[in-house]
Amino acid sequence: MDQIRHKVAIVGAAETDDLGQLPHMSRLALHAQSAKNALDDAGMSLADVDGLLCAGAIPNEVAEYLGIQPRYVDGTSVGGCSFMIHVRHAVAAIMAGYCDVALVTHGESGRSGVDMPRGGGSASPGGQYEAPFAIGGAPTTFSIPVLRHFHEYGTTKEHLAHIAAATRAWANLNPMAMMGSHRRAPERGGGPITPQDVLNSRMICYPFNLLDCCVVADGGGALVLVSEERAKDFAKDPVYVLGAGEAAAHWMVSQMRDQTTADGYRISGEAAYKSAGLGPQDIDHCMFYDAFTFTPLMAAEDLGFVPKGEGGPFFAETKTGPDGEVIYKSGPGGDFPMNTNGGGLSYCHTGMYGMFAIIESVRQLRGECGDRQVPDVNVSMAHGPGGMFASAGTIILSNA
Amino acid sequence: MADYAGRLPTPTPESQPYWDGLKEHKLMLPTCDDCGPHFYPRPFCPTPACFNWDIKWTQASGKGKVHTYVISHQPIPPYNTEDNPPPYVIAVIELEEGPRMMSNLIIDDPYSTEVDMDVEIVYDDVTDEITLPKFKPA
Repeated sequence: MDQIRHKVAIVGAAETDDLGQLPHMSRLALHAQSAKNALDDAGMSLADVDGLLCAGAIPNEVAEYLGIQPRYVDGTSVGGCSFMIHVRHAVAAIMAGYCDVALVTHGESGRSGVDMPRGGGSASPGGQYEAPFAIGGAPTTFSIPVLRHFHEYGTTKEHLAHIAAATRAWANLNPMAMMGSHRRAPERGGGPITPQDVLNSRMICYPFNLLDCCVVADGGGALVLVSEERAKDFAKDPVYVLGAGEAAAHWMVSQMRDQTTADGYRISGEAAYKSAGLGPQDIDHCMFYDAFTFTPLMAAEDLGFVPKGEGGPFFAETKTGPDGEVIYKSGPGGDFPMNTNGGGLSYCHTGMYGMFAIIESVRQLRGECGDRQVPDVNVSMAHGPGGMFASAGTIILSNA
Repeated sequence: MADYAGRLPTPTPESQPYWDGLKEHKLMLPTCDDCGPHFYPRPFCPTPACFNWDIKWTQASGKGKVHTYVISHQPIPPYNTEDNPPPYVIAVIELEEGPRMMSNLIIDDPYSTEVDMDVEIVYDDVTDEITLPKFKPA
C-alpha cells in the first residue's frame, strides 16, 4: 500500500501577490497570477506545464486563459479540500505518465465577487430541502453539527474560542495574514485576541460569534508537482508527498450521517496514513482547514490526534510562557502547532481555503517561515473538508 | 402570500409528490418495503445494498426531535422584516420514522431550543403552490 509514497514532490508553491480585498482582479486573473508565482518559485516556465488541475473553474477556462493545452486535466471541485485531492490525483497522473509537470491552481474573488458564478439552483436538492429554511451560507450550515457535538461530549464555546485565539497568535507572526498585527490595526480588530474577545464578539449564528468565523477574501494560490527523480534538480528542496486520501460523504449538511463525526475525514485520513505508512504520532505539524473554530477540532478527533469528544478540552489547554504570556495548545510555542499561517480564521479565506493550507505546509517543511517557523518540522499534514464536512482531502508531506 | 420573500423550491418530477403532499398538509416520505422511509425524496431506495426502485409514498406522523440546530442572527428573507426579524432557528429534525430533514423551529424564544426536544410539524403555506414543512415544540 505504499505505491505512492515518496514518488512525487511539490517543487513550487505560492499565493497571489496580495490577499484580501482585490477588486481589480477577476477569478481567472487570480488563477493566473498564482500560477506565475508558483512557477517562479519552482524556477519553471508555463511552457513546461502539461498537466492542469483546478477548482472553481473548468480546466478548459484556465487552460485557455493561460494559453496552454495540457494533456492531463482534473476539474475536481468539491469545495475547499479540492486541492488536497488534486495533489493526490497529480501524484497518480505523474506516476502513470499522464503528465510530467502538474500545475494546480486556485483563484477566487470571494470578497469582491469579480466573475464568481453562483451555483445551486432552486431545483437542486439543496434548493428544495435546505435553502427554503433561510439558510444563509456557511455560517448557518457549517455550524449545524456543533451543538450536537456540545450535547454529546460537553464541548463548549469557551473551548472553541481558544482555537481562534491560538490561530490569531500565529497570524501576528505572518506578514501576509489579514488579521495579524502586521496588516491590521487593533482598532480595526487586528492583532492579539483572547478567548474572551471571541465570546464578546458579535453573534453571527449561534454557536458562532464573529471571531469563530473565517475572514472573507480575494486571493489565489498554486502548486507545481513533478516526479521524485526530477525534483532533485530544483533550487529549492523538494517537498515529497508521502501519503494522500480523499472521500465524498454527503452534500447537504442535514444529510450528514453522524453530526458528530465527519465520515469523509475518517476515510480520507485512513487512506493518507496507510499510503504514507505513518500515524498521527508521526506528524510534526498540522494544517487543518478552519472555516470556523469547530472545523479543525473535528479534524483533530477524526484523524486520530485526540479521542472522539475530547477535542474541546485538548485545544483549551494552556500553559504560561517565560514572560507570563498565555501559550495556547495549537498556538506558537504550544504542543500542537496547527494552522501556523494564521488559518482561514485570521490569514485568508477565499471560499476554498485548502490551497493555502498546503502552501503553508510546504513552507514549514522548507524552513521558510521566519518568525512563525516551527522547529524540527519534517512531516506535515494538510487536511480539509469540502462543503460542510461533505468531502475531504488529506495529504502527508515531508522534506526528506 | 404572493409577495413571499424567502427562497422557494422548484419541484422536480421526482419530488413533485412530496410537494403535492405538503400542499395537502401531509408529510409524505418515499418508502422502501425492506429499508423503510428515506429523506430526501429519490425514486429509489438509497441504501446501497438495496437500490430498489419500487418506492411507495407513506405519510409520516409529523412528530420528531431536534437533532441539532443553530440560531441565525442574519437578516435572511423571510426573517428580515420588522414583523419577522432574526434571530430564528434552523434545525435538523429527526423524524419519528428515522430520516432527518432541515427545517425551521417556530419558537418564541430561540434560545430556549434544546437538542433532542420533542417537536411536531406545522405547515407553512408560503405561496399558493408551495407549503414548507416547519416544526414547533410539541
